[in-house]
Amino acid sequence: MKAFTYERARTPAEAAAAAERHPGSRFIAGGTNLLDLMKLEIETPPHLIDVNGLKLDKIEPVEGGGLRIGALVRNTDLASDARVRRDYGVLSRALLAGASQQLRNKATTSGNLLQRTRCPYFYDTNLPCNKRVPGSGCSAIGGYTRNHAIVGHSEACIATHPSDMAVAMQLLDAGVETVRANGSTRVIPIADFYRLPGNTPHIENNLMPGELITGVVLPRPLGGFHTYRKIRDRSSYAFALVSVAAVVQKDGSGRVALGGAAHKPWRVPAADAALPRGARATVDTLLAGAKTTSENAYKVPLIERTLSSVLADAKKA
Amino acid sequence: MNDLNDLKLSRRDLLKTGAAAAGAAAGATIPSVAMAQAGAPAQPVNPPPTSAKTTLRVNGKRQELNVDTRTTLLDALREHLKLTGTKKGCDQGQCGACTVIVNGRRINSCLSLAIMHDGDEVTTIEGLGNPARLHPMQAAFVKHDGYQCGYCTPGQICSAVSVIEEIRAGIPSHVSPDLNVKPLLSVDEIRERMSGNICRCGAYSNILDAITEVAGVPSAGGKA
Repeated sequence: MKAFTYERARTPAEAAAAAERHPGSRFIAGGTNLLDLMKLEIETPPHLIDVNGLKLDKIEPVEGGGLRIGALVRNTDLASDARVRRDYGVLSRALLAGASQQLRNKATTSGNLLQRTRCPYFYDTNLPCNKRVPGSGCSAIGGYTRNHAIVGHSEACIATHPSDMAVAMQLLDAGVETVRANGSTRVIPIADFYRLPGNTPHIENNLMPGELITGVVLPRPLGGFHTYRKIRDRSSYAFALVSVAAVVQKDGSGRVALGGAAHKPWRVPAADAALPRGARATVDTLLAGAKTTSENAYKVPLIERTLSSVLADAKKA
Repeated sequence: MNDLNDLKLSRRDLLKTGAAAAGAAAGATIPSVAMAQAGAPAQPVNPPPTSAKTTLRVNGKRQELNVDTRTTLLDALREHLKLTGTKKGCDQGQCGACTVIVNGRRINSCLSLAIMHDGDEVTTIEGLGNPARLHPMQAAFVKHDGYQCGYCTPGQICSAVSVIEEIRAGIPSHVSPDLNVKPLLSVDEIRERMSGNICRCGAYSNILDAITEVAGVPSAGGKA
């Protein structure tokens, strides 16, 4: 690990200002992803700003019937919150499908949103990777691609986003609240938060340098049947091959989002409209323009079958 | 011809020598990386090694440390406080051998910096019990032979103790059938919640027997 200086921030604005003072610095909360990447020197921040003391650890109701989740709410506490379990079951389920209990005890809401890809070529510092070293090339293309993206990817990067939680946040139309060094705040709709890789796969979201996530706002509950179905190589503690998050109403209408398919949680509004017509029609829209390799082509029928099973469960519920 | 008896290196010394050699090799690559990046915008420069103070409460005892900022909680426990019961397995949060209990919650101590735990209460395997007074979970692991090589065992036991408390506290899991009903102390729940602790020897069925006994769950027989 490269050496770094360290400070504890006391307020969100102070943290954002510290980030501006220290180019290349990183905020650290749970640290479960950042420290792993620092050990491998994939991340080499010269300065860490510990944000754990910012008191952003509450879940509170907002006007209009939604919930505000503090950036530092741990994954365990978010998944266990009675309101989340009752009204946003898909979010609770997505969190519980991810990582291990030890990691969920430490990992935070904002850190989970900012998880970096688990592409093995990103992790292997001996090989070129445009996400790790911009312009160096993509080792995954032409490599072993069983776990890689099938839609929305580019010639520069075919990595997937690893988060389960973020797929549920995408489904629920969450808003990401932030603060910048000058003290200004904004809410970024999650649909505008993540970026596709294009020619700049090292830029994964639309946060400005030094901009700090302070919370996530969930709109009022949708009702309906909530589910998060994750398909993986072992039944616990593994990243998704594919996952399907869905909220389905009694009349068959609803929403669907995918994990394991793209560089970001994958949701296509027109596909939601196709849900009442069944899994095939929905997936045709969701994955229109999909480009697969011989190793990851299995994801297309797997997604369709998983969604089909989810819709059958919704009918029974 | 070399006499093998002249080889005085302990296994630990040999590992240290190897690490130093690897460090030298890595150092040798730095100039080429710098050359490759010449012309690119100036990268932030990492400072020289920096240390910071932190005070932990470990197994009930206050411990003041002055450590390199890079020191993980795991290394602070093992290398600075000589509490070597907690083990380093993968050092990247995948195996659970380093599991300790911080402020009542189990975490991977390898993925946490010591300086981020100022004022925290840390319980390691040494704090759960000792050979003269075993924790009931330690005794159950012995009784059920819940290990083979034993390397993952301290982490397994710290997790196992926490699993029972988490279920009692109503924290749901991936296998809880209904999110709005308190989870049950069941074999399925325990198996799912122990998935962050890998046992390379494959002692899982005995580990499960030990935990189910302490939890008061009917035997896991046949479910493993």
